[in-house]
Amino acid sequence: MWEYTDKVKEHFLNPRNVGEIENPDGVAEVGSIACGDALKFSFKLDENKRIQEAKFKTFGCASAIASASALTEIVKGMTLEEALRVTNRDIADYLGGLPEEKMHCSVLGQEALEKSIENYRGAAVKAPGEEIICECFGITDREIERAVRENRLTTVEQVTNYTKAGGGCGNCHDKIRAIIERVSATAQQVAEPAARPKLSNLKKIKLIEEVMEREIRPSLRHDGGDIELIDVIGDRVIVATRGACASCQASQVTLKGFVESRLRELIAPELIVEEEPR
Amino acid sequence: MNTVYLDNNATTRVAPEVMEALVPYLGEYYGNPSSMHSFGGQVSRKVREAREQVAALLNAEPDEIIFTSCGTESDSTAVLSSLKVSPGKRHIVTSRVEHPAIKALCERLGKEGYSVTEVPVDSEGNLDMDEYGKGLTPDTALVSVMWANNETGVIFPVEQAAAMAKKKGILFHTDAVQTVGKIPVNMKESVIDMLSLSGHKLHAPKGIGVLYVRKGTPFYPFLIGGHQEKGRRGGTENAPSIIGLGKACELAGQNMETENTRVRDLRDKLENGLLKAIPFCRVNGNRGARLPNTTNISFEFVEGEGILLLLDQFGICASSGSACTSGSLQPSHVLRAMGVPFTMAHGSIRFSLSVYTTEEEIDVVIEKLPPIIERLRDLSPYWGQHRACAV
Repeated sequence: MWEYTDKVKEHFLNPRNVGEIENPDGVAEVGSIACGDALKFSFKLDENKRIQEAKFKTFGCASAIASASALTEIVKGMTLEEALRVTNRDIADYLGGLPEEKMHCSVLGQEALEKSIENYRGAAVKAPGEEIICECFGITDREIERAVRENRLTTVEQVTNYTKAGGGCGNCHDKIRAIIERVSATAQQVAEPAARPKLSNLKKIKLIEEVMEREIRPSLRHDGGDIELIDVIGDRVIVATRGACASCQASQVTLKGFVESRLRELIAPELIVEEEPR
Repeated sequence: MNTVYLDNNATTRVAPEVMEALVPYLGEYYGNPSSMHSFGGQVSRKVREAREQVAALLNAEPDEIIFTSCGTESDSTAVLSSLKVSPGKRHIVTSRVEHPAIKALCERLGKEGYSVTEVPVDSEGNLDMDEYGKGLTPDTALVSVMWANNETGVIFPVEQAAAMAKKKGILFHTDAVQTVGKIPVNMKESVIDMLSLSGHKLHAPKGIGVLYVRKGTPFYPFLIGGHQEKGRRGGTENAPSIIGLGKACELAGQNMETENTRVRDLRDKLENGLLKAIPFCRVNGNRGARLPNTTNISFEFVEGEGILLLLDQFGICASSGSACTSGSLQPSHVLRAMGVPFTMAHGSIRFSLSVYTTEEEIDVVIEKLPPIIERLRDLSPYWGQHRACAV
């Protein structure tokens, strides 16, 4: 049996603000019946643009119902800017805490709130470039990143507890691990603003490709030469020279003096350019 | 508030007669059954008697009874022993709906290089016997298929399955933890090689189980130690619990008819009462081939944990196959294997009765549950949508 606080039990047994607002200013539905959790949240603003009324309907366990009920109480009277600062932690804290395995219920509340405000403002619901990481529960990279950042999560298991991502087939565990690493690297960067963000290997390769295409190849081609990216091993960028460059005595100078310095300047200072052994 | 206990597939109350039989062996008769002195010898005699009582319920020989610590130990012993005595064979056949005691073990063995065939079930939870037959190969060391499912109560044709395995020289084990005491088991007319049972599912205490091993079946012990259980399971006998289990088996034999008449009628009353009072619900599992004490009902558009907690307000104990109660994020693997839609699986509740269940208790549930479902449906975003569609 779950250890629920008295406040969770009380909100489950006597949920506040159940229902749907007619002609709401903002409304959102998150989760799905397949996932076992779904929340429909709607609000109405008063003349001062403060949330006058908030209502919910939930399909889910006791903590999902209590989290949604708590959310409607928390946001009442807030401006939308204030409401956007409400985190899943705030919902959990309002309830005196939730079992770790049930934290995803509070995340669902936060998501519904955010999406309902997006709905009011007419903003895009899905951020461009957002990618589904967990296919089983339809969780995106942005949702995982946010949960990791705001709750300082460090393990895949925690991410599953907070977002459900990774709780099904488990195929996305590596991707989740990569997001945790990326977010924690960014967090360190915020702590030491001088440091550059640590690039994931994939990101690094992409950036190198872009710089090669945009900056380097055109100017080499101008001289009748060319260059091709062969591999990236850690910080070593392996390339092959083509055309005039291949037979040019000065190609080493070109590689170090031009290619390497451009890559170091635009991507990361530790990069080393090497020619593919022939 | 009186407890209405309808979760007997999880565990059962210890029968008063069982308590009475075992308590003296926790107290004054504390001797070790293996001792040479008569103080231990009197305990040894009671253990022998208990072994006979267990054997009588299964219509087996006392020598075929090995006492263990629980159903899970019995299952592990049977599976690992079978692999040990079948060198060279690397294949296991089981079902998709096994209890974790078998399922998790087979998954582990799968990672260790064994190949595992999980035979599917149909939408009513019946074992697919065609697929089962195809699964038996020359490389198969063992079949382990449960006799009756703990969540739905659906009974598998284990005798037929065992006969098919025997024809191919494959060892056959069945997890009968939910079966023994509820429907007759007759090992003298069976070809099943090994069978697991658990004391606390039939009104004996927790911490005692049995592995039945047919005489002549090759066997390799799991717990290595003393000469107890004729060297087949080391460790000082849990004498009080063994004595309690003996008594519980004797009672189960006496109660078998009640179980299949009065208990079955109460279960049917509960099931029909709920189906009549609550729209959009259905029974999971083949109603024609089920344990007499079990019903598994899905209530669409609501989630099981909420139902259980609201039932708990009235002292009613049941369990659910929903994700929130399963300790994982997915609903019950049994219901998923049956292809029960998510909308139904999350809202499934299992009621399991016993000979101690009264008609008053059933009436309480029939009275209290419909408003609970209605209340949760009023909270559910899908309920409104559904009604809008129906209009």
